[in-house]
Amino acid sequence: MKKYSVFAIAREAMRGHRGWEQQWTSPEPKAEYDVVIVGAGGHGLGTAYYLAKEHGITNVAVLEKGWLGGGNTGRNTTIIRSNYLYDESAGIYDHALKLWDGLSQDLNYNVMYSARGVMMLAHNVHDVQSLKRHVHANRLNGIDNEWLTPEQAKDYCPPLNISRDARYPVVGASLQRRGGTARHDAVAWGYARGASARGVHIIQNCEVTGIRRGPNGAVTGVETSRGFIGAKKIGVVAAGNTSVVMNMADVRMPLESYPLQALVSEPIKPVVPCVVMSNTVHAYISQSDKGELVIGAGTDQYYSYSQAGALHNLEHTLDAICEMFPVFTRMKMLRSWGGVVDVTPDRSPILAKTPVGGLYVNCGWGTGGFKATPGSAHVFAHTIARDEPHPINAPFTLDRFRTGRLIDEAAAAAVAH
Amino acid sequence: MLLIRCPYCEEERPEIEFRHAGEAHVARPTDIASISDEEFETFFFIRANTRGTVYERWRHVHGCARFFNAVRDSMSDRFIMTYKAGDPKPKKLPGV
Amino acid sequence: MAESFRLPGRGRLAQARTARFTFDGKSYGGVAGDTLASALLANGVHLVGRSFKYHRPRGILSAGAEEPNALVGIHRDASRKTPNVRATVQELYDGLTAVSQNRWPSLGFDVGAVNDLASPFFSAGFYYKTFMWPKAAWKSLYEPFIRSAAGLGVAPDQSDPDHYAARFAHCEVLVLGGGAAGLAAALAAAESGLRVIICDEQAELGGSLRFESGAAIDGQNGWDWAQAAAARLAAMDNVRVLTRTTAFGYYLQNFVALAERVSDHLSSPGGLPRERLWQVRAKRVVLATGSIERHMVFPDNDRPGVMLASAARTYLNHYGVAVGKNVGVYTANDSAYAGAIDLKKAGVNVAAIVDLRDNPSGPMVDEARALGIEIHGGRGVVRVGGRLRVSSITVKPRTGGDGERTIAVDALLVSAGWTPSVHLFSQSRGKVTFNDEVKRFLPGTYAQDCISVGACNGTDGLAATIDEAYAAGAKAAREAGGKTGKAAKPKVEASESWSRGMLGAGPGAEAGTTVKAFVDFQNDVTAKDIRQAVREGMQSIEHVKRFTTNGMATDQGKTSNMHGLAIAAEELGKAVPEVGLTTFRAPYTPVTFGTIVGHARGKLFDPTRRTAMHGWAERHGAVFEDVGQWKRAWYFPQRGEDMHAAVNRECVTVRKSAGLFDASTLGKIEVVGPDAAAFMELMYTNPWQKLEAGRCRYGVMLREDGFIYDDGVVGRLAEDRFHVTTTTGGAARVMNHMEDYLQTEFPHLKVWLTSISEQWAVIAVQGPKSRDIIAPLVEGIDLSDEAMPHMSVREGRICGVPTRLFRMSFSGERGFEVNVPADYGEAVWEALWAQGRKHDACAYGTETMHVLRAEKGYIIVGQDTDGTVTPNDAGLDWAVGKKKTDFVGIRGLKRPDLVAEGRRQLVGLRTRHPDVVLEEGAQIVADPKLPVPMKMIGHVTSSYWSENCGRSIALALVEGGRKRMGETLYVPMPDRTIEVEVTGMVFFDEKGERLNG
Repeated sequence: MKKYSVFAIAREAMRGHRGWEQQWTSPEPKAEYDVVIVGAGGHGLGTAYYLAKEHGITNVAVLEKGWLGGGNTGRNTTIIRSNYLYDESAGIYDHALKLWDGLSQDLNYNVMYSARGVMMLAHNVHDVQSLKRHVHANRLNGIDNEWLTPEQAKDYCPPLNISRDARYPVVGASLQRRGGTARHDAVAWGYARGASARGVHIIQNCEVTGIRRGPNGAVTGVETSRGFIGAKKIGVVAAGNTSVVMNMADVRMPLESYPLQALVSEPIKPVVPCVVMSNTVHAYISQSDKGELVIGAGTDQYYSYSQAGALHNLEHTLDAICEMFPVFTRMKMLRSWGGVVDVTPDRSPILAKTPVGGLYVNCGWGTGGFKATPGSAHVFAHTIARDEPHPINAPFTLDRFRTGRLIDEAAAAAVAH
Repeated sequence: MLLIRCPYCEEERPEIEFRHAGEAHVARPTDIASISDEEFETFFFIRANTRGTVYERWRHVHGCARFFNAVRDSMSDRFIMTYKAGDPKPKKLPGV
Repeated sequence: MAESFRLPGRGRLAQARTARFTFDGKSYGGVAGDTLASALLANGVHLVGRSFKYHRPRGILSAGAEEPNALVGIHRDASRKTPNVRATVQELYDGLTAVSQNRWPSLGFDVGAVNDLASPFFSAGFYYKTFMWPKAAWKSLYEPFIRSAAGLGVAPDQSDPDHYAARFAHCEVLVLGGGAAGLAAALAAAESGLRVIICDEQAELGGSLRFESGAAIDGQNGWDWAQAAAARLAAMDNVRVLTRTTAFGYYLQNFVALAERVSDHLSSPGGLPRERLWQVRAKRVVLATGSIERHMVFPDNDRPGVMLASAARTYLNHYGVAVGKNVGVYTANDSAYAGAIDLKKAGVNVAAIVDLRDNPSGPMVDEARALGIEIHGGRGVVRVGGRLRVSSITVKPRTGGDGERTIAVDALLVSAGWTPSVHLFSQSRGKVTFNDEVKRFLPGTYAQDCISVGACNGTDGLAATIDEAYAAGAKAAREAGGKTGKAAKPKVEASESWSRGMLGAGPGAEAGTTVKAFVDFQNDVTAKDIRQAVREGMQSIEHVKRFTTNGMATDQGKTSNMHGLAIAAEELGKAVPEVGLTTFRAPYTPVTFGTIVGHARGKLFDPTRRTAMHGWAERHGAVFEDVGQWKRAWYFPQRGEDMHAAVNRECVTVRKSAGLFDASTLGKIEVVGPDAAAFMELMYTNPWQKLEAGRCRYGVMLREDGFIYDDGVVGRLAEDRFHVTTTTGGAARVMNHMEDYLQTEFPHLKVWLTSISEQWAVIAVQGPKSRDIIAPLVEGIDLSDEAMPHMSVREGRICGVPTRLFRMSFSGERGFEVNVPADYGEAVWEALWAQGRKHDACAYGTETMHVLRAEKGYIIVGQDTDGTVTPNDAGLDWAVGKKKTDFVGIRGLKRPDLVAEGRRQLVGLRTRHPDVVLEEGAQIVADPKLPVPMKMIGHVTSSYWSENCGRSIALALVEGGRKRMGETLYVPMPDRTIEVEVTGMVFFDEKGERLNG
């Protein structure tokens, strides 16, 4: 892999950028791999990258039914934070946050992690109780998160409306300064490049249609639209399609897939300097490097794999944005789109071994998976390589729904992520 | 915005009158107190989450307030049919 | 300044009706009916903007919504500044103020243009490869630099005084697009008498007839026919004609969203809304969305003065504006010839037509030749002179070789062919297919009840278009249940016919060249960027798009997508359809947030719920808090009191005398029927069968998973009738939860549920004097302790109106909750207040209510519990019927983790120093000396200063809390660590004697 640098750019500038090599190759699938990852989103590609880099397992294929990074990785609003309440969640999200800080250098690919701060607004007494509970728990877990008065919140984010006359006035906010955003495509591409350079095969337009199991019940490979591919171990990282893939191995999942929509405005000069989220008025906003306001909220209400949603949900989202930022009514929506998110009953992910030998699953990130990408991939690679969970993902088992040991962030925070 | 036919009102109404209510035909065990942890997990948490034909419940919450069942294609979001709560899962679907 | 490029007598505007406007501070004249673009061009102004990345000078490319370059800010006044407005869409009004964007210090001299010189470094995706060293510089240096360079216009900084309207509409036939095809379809459909809506983004219907001077229909010029047809439609009762209205989103089941620009074109909008959102449900949709001309891809093809041939025709034939005095044409199809011919006939010199095709032929070519226009067949434009305005073109044979020639021009009309607008079809989830013969993506498989007609369906020629559209309109009406008659189909007498064109880069910009031949103007994506993306391994068009940002600008790739796709396909050596087509995402053109938000702004963002006594509280100085949609009285400060003082006074007064509290927001459900008690047994953990009529019980409701869902006092009014109360926030979901079980799991039970939250106003009268206060007003109820003990309910009258009178207490004092019909709430409150004053009672708010209940250790579901708490955790095991064989949650409760040791349990906390009040949400540890991350064993759920106890009090969830009584724990705060002792939850009147006090 030729290193990217300002010198490389200068060199290429002199020769018309003809010397760049392919960021990843597109080889024909081999007959068998040590590990097959199903799903080439950020989590799947990252898993392959860490399998190769940290565990020396390079005989790996990542299978993708469409184009890599084309699922939720390329469709989300790129919010990164780790100010979760419970130790288990804080553990995995902060593991990710630590990896974000340095990921560009590790991958030699600028993923534009921007620690611009994530501000979460409180609009009533209940919000204050809930957010302060987070602030205190975070502090004792070593995670930065601080309390702001409405005036401090406005100082940090000048267009925010803190008028007492608002329908739901801002009465305070929490701020995680290390939180922020990153460039979603770059995350997929950076991991793909890093994995490919280490020998991982990334095979796009290759849909998994079945999981083959041996006499002892353990997996032996996958049936795909490009034929059978043998595998000693299979890691399923298929987000909204996880139930479908896991059913191929007769594992039924505690998951429901919902549409999640997002939108961007036309690009404007910098105006929103951080991420602002509100669970009560229910929307979130940030501004991209390109100048677009990036806006999202909750899921549509019904199951769907259609990657599309309804206008009235976007309407609610924009209502909320214009409640927090009344100056934005003259801004224009440029583009809206939908993804499919897989949601568990406790809104926390599953990163675990399964009852089937050699089959591992990483799913259930709901509306908040992007922020976890490096951490999730890192511990999932560990889980596959060692056939046992990393201490960080040990609580995120599949059987917690049987035992009742849930990690229910939503119960404390009312609305997801 | 979906148009949903309420089998009680016998007319199509816009989605904002309805609330989705999860997978259909997941009956609460009559002997629930004595089922195993695994059976409880299956009943309460495990969901088919089918890509394709889904059997699901809706409530006409801002209308007649009745719960009912629907068959829908989760790929296209197109409704295939709706029927009353308690009616058996249809064996044959119209147009399928 | 004179409009030196306005041709007298040309075009359709009344040139005598002038309008003034300014652009970048300079004043210009225009004509009513102009767009900002046509008015600028009339004044010879081509330079109107700067590109996103290289700050290249840019002119006006188009005459419509596809415009990538001519974006300006429109400033009506200080609070009405709109960024990124397309000058080609903005209609001129007298006094319009426009400013250019993304330039400093001026449009003509822009420092940012240095990026253009450094552009070899700024290749596609360069930012992924650098700015990583040193690491800290990303945040301090590189990112701020990148961000400050980004963006086009400037966001408004004041609240928007304009308002936005919204309409829902239903129709049988919705026609999207009001060109010849849309008009024909609408005429046919309208004849049925069914409801028809036709919309078009332009100010007038007519579509491409606006510039097609050669069309004639029914004995009229094409444009005049269109106006007559539009007028006929508008006069019909069953037809709604919407102009300035863009269909921007096509959703499921023929639900189409339209954005109408109501007043942006008016000098004085008066009281009109700025824009209006139409949400239309149609039985059938006719897509008549036309096609969009593509530019040619050649070196420096972005110079101001280079514009689409059809745009130049529009400016000439409609607005009477010549886009230059000496124009050139560069094309790969016939349609641009018509532009040359029109201009030539209008007296404009046409220096040359450069045609990439080897031997152009046909009637239009012949006509151009006959007019004396030089035609350079088989040649391409390989160079462009001029920077702020095109000054010359250099022409070379397509196949290379000698014969290079430079021709002076002041404008260049370009056309690479036409791209069908399949955006809305694609949004409807229809699948497009690539027609290799004509190199177009066309509607293939339909997913909804719609039909495409005319140019967007790949139908060439006016006669064929009208045939197709008329038939489709009639068919749509028939399918929607209408009858169509025999009215005459419009007859096309003359039309223009266009052939194909080309996709991709032309000569001079082939693979291997390093020139800037723009594919996407606004985002500065060149042909070589796309090739580089492919070389770097981007094989899917989605990757190419995201890597280069081709098609992601505000025009969403209307002119660039097909070129980009063709160049990528060529570089990959694949056919176009193998590389794929990027998804068409709503909106078709950008839509203001205001249009979508409509009225839901400010106070109307969400409904506000007020109780019957709200006005009284307001008049008595209450401070309110938001609880869900409710406004609840929080506390009643008297003169000079802060919140603390007011709450202390209220707390003391209630325990000393009495207080009145508005409890109306609590949810109330009536459970009625022969099986009501059996149903209650299933819904609540408690036993109900043996509860006597007239008695009350505190009920706990679980979810099936065993966690507390809600609670409340339930009164049994009769054998078959329960009056259930819920938490304020839980009212709707508890009703839903009950209905769900009743309708689907327990339908055999004869029970009826009625939400009565709105029907009853509830006045809590609490305190030792409570009975004295209500007694004079109550009729027909014996209030003695014997006749009406704590936790009982009676029906009778108060102040002459019916009441359900509960004897219950959330304060620990003797107390009543007076339910009266909501209409009488305020009157009864007033009467009770008058009685209360005699006993020095106070009115109190939610804060005092919270303190009083905490003093007694009464929990609040949602504050002291959070969805992970079982009845045992909350110390409510006593409320779980041990002999019951079923209730919702019975099995969930038994799961291993819910019965495990060490769960967090609710306890009381006393701070070592009584004056210290803990912070709600603060975390609790056993050992404060541990390093971070510390092991946390619980958190403070409720915490108050208790004036009655003379100290602070708190409730907390603590691991194994009930076994820790008397233990010292710690609450580490940022500035100190607070010592606390674990105690029981009751801080006041532990024996509960005051309930009868």
